[in-house]
Amino acid sequence: MSTKANLLVVDDELIVRDSLDKWFREEGYDVTVAENAQEALSKMAAKRFDLALVDIKMPGTDGVELQRRMREVDPEMLVIIMTGYASVETAVSALKNGAYDYVSKPFDPDDIAHTVHNALSHKRAEQENTRLRETVAAVVRPQEIVGQSAPMVRVFEAIQTVGPTEATVLITGESGTGKELIARALHAASPRHYNPLVVLHCGALAETLLESELFGHEKGAFTGAQYRKKGSFEIADGGTIFLDEIGDISLKTQTDLLRVLQEREITRVGSSHPIHVDFRCIAATNRHLEQLVEEGKFRPDLFYRLNVFQIQLPPLRERKSDIPILVDHFVRKFASSMNKRITRVSPAAMALLDRYQWPGNIRELENAVERAMVVAQGPELRESDFALRLPIIGSASRTLEDMEKAHILAVLEECKGNQTLAAELLDIDRVTLHNKLKKYGWKRVIADVA
Amino acid sequence: MEESDSRRGVSRIQILPIGPIRPEVLSALASGLTAEFRQACELLPEAPDPAFAFNVTRQQYSATEILASLAPRITERTGRLLAVTPLDLYIPILTFVFGEAQLSGRCAVVSYYRLRQEFYGLPADEKLFRQRVLKESVHELGHTYQIEHCEDYECVMSSSHSVEWIDLKTSSFCPGCRSSVLSLALGNHP
Repeated sequence: MSTKANLLVVDDELIVRDSLDKWFREEGYDVTVAENAQEALSKMAAKRFDLALVDIKMPGTDGVELQRRMREVDPEMLVIIMTGYASVETAVSALKNGAYDYVSKPFDPDDIAHTVHNALSHKRAEQENTRLRETVAAVVRPQEIVGQSAPMVRVFEAIQTVGPTEATVLITGESGTGKELIARALHAASPRHYNPLVVLHCGALAETLLESELFGHEKGAFTGAQYRKKGSFEIADGGTIFLDEIGDISLKTQTDLLRVLQEREITRVGSSHPIHVDFRCIAATNRHLEQLVEEGKFRPDLFYRLNVFQIQLPPLRERKSDIPILVDHFVRKFASSMNKRITRVSPAAMALLDRYQWPGNIRELENAVERAMVVAQGPELRESDFALRLPIIGSASRTLEDMEKAHILAVLEECKGNQTLAAELLDIDRVTLHNKLKKYGWKRVIADVA
Repeated sequence: MEESDSRRGVSRIQILPIGPIRPEVLSALASGLTAEFRQACELLPEAPDPAFAFNVTRQQYSATEILASLAPRITERTGRLLAVTPLDLYIPILTFVFGEAQLSGRCAVVSYYRLRQEFYGLPADEKLFRQRVLKESVHELGHTYQIEHCEDYECVMSSSHSVEWIDLKTSSFCPGCRSSVLSLALGNHP
């Protein structure tokens, strides 16, 4: 049996109080009665009530005024006003002051039972809804954005400012800096956060496939299209679409994308019927879009459409003061998932992590900690735990690019030239690795190794 | 805990008609109550019209006043006293009641004024009517055994403020309510 709801009956007439007391008790409620406003408020001070039935016409403080005072004491308590006669004015006045409902005496038993039952159900539903919202908020709120450094404080401020708006956001930053986490935080901070966040990694898809992924397709639109499929924009209806690696899409797809952003309409591949979609767009790239625009590889109008508000994520080497708390965060995370009692990192190991330049940024740090946690024997992560798979590039005279090259090469050597495995270890996608190898001219060397 | 009826040597339900009621209705009610409470029923002579309980303004009879008037009728033979009436009953705060009972007392009253299909402009249904009378009688007597409203909608002790809800429930107690009633009615021998 569920817990009894607490009712407070306030009426100056004894017979009404007694009748309601008896009747509601039989209905399974816990009933308290009060003769006037003062007694009612005093009983509220001693006990919490779910619902009050308040007579509108009482000597001294009337029901409407009492209801106002009750709301000051307990805003969550529902109030149902009892009137001796059906008066639209009093009913409106009571409802305007926050009463849940009003009932005219004498009550139809079915009506009063339903009114009270519905009011309490409504209250329970609201309370449940609040709890669920809090739970969902806790779930969807990214807990992994860790940082106290000045650049990250600026990022957090930007999330707070632009998150709750409808503005399109462009997140820029190197691979592994946490662009998707920022997109999730923006979505979580927006009123759209009860609707989907659809993540699409544009760089990972071929042009035709990307078009189908973005806009959906009709059955038979192309070979293999056996079923009608909704695109990401349709799935994101009411929510947010996150277009990662936006700098990697073709000019053709850029044109289609621009039209969707302007018109808020999509047309499935193989269809001629436009579908209205309601979404917020967040895009991210690790490339310099301005430069791509100058080179004619990225449409300037799309760039301006995406670059309404830009959040630039600093690379880890520019926020090294965050390394200790990031490491602590990852140690806790993996200690829990691996069920290991590792709680700290030795000073030497921490110094090592601080010296390293982290070309793969936080993702690389996370992987390094994870690997160290796997091999660690004691309760502490030591320098040697990291040295197993994390070569340190020591020379201070080397540029960042040199270190990245060296690190990628070292990992490739370790993987015996297997690019797929190397990309996995570096925690970057294969296309990014391929581009970097091409840029650094390492492709042939790796081929030799293989 | 109230002393069990069996220990007092009285375990009979007395049925008091208030107003003219067809004998077959009372007879069917007595059979149903005997089966449900495992107690003998006794039909009392018809009581006079309770004019004292009539409210001119509402054109209804006060259930509370009728209930209060039953107390002097309790004798050593009375296990429970159930008044049954064709009159329309009310309590001050409600437009009508099907019945009223003394929670943990011995008296209850049931009105069948609103239990007939004809009241709702529908064709008479004698079987349904008798079922409703039995259900409401068992329900009100259940209150005298300290049973409050039950959340099991099929239990006779579920709350019902309209005939639709009465029709939905059975004339029997759910296992929980039955156990409570019988432990009192039969002296802890459910």
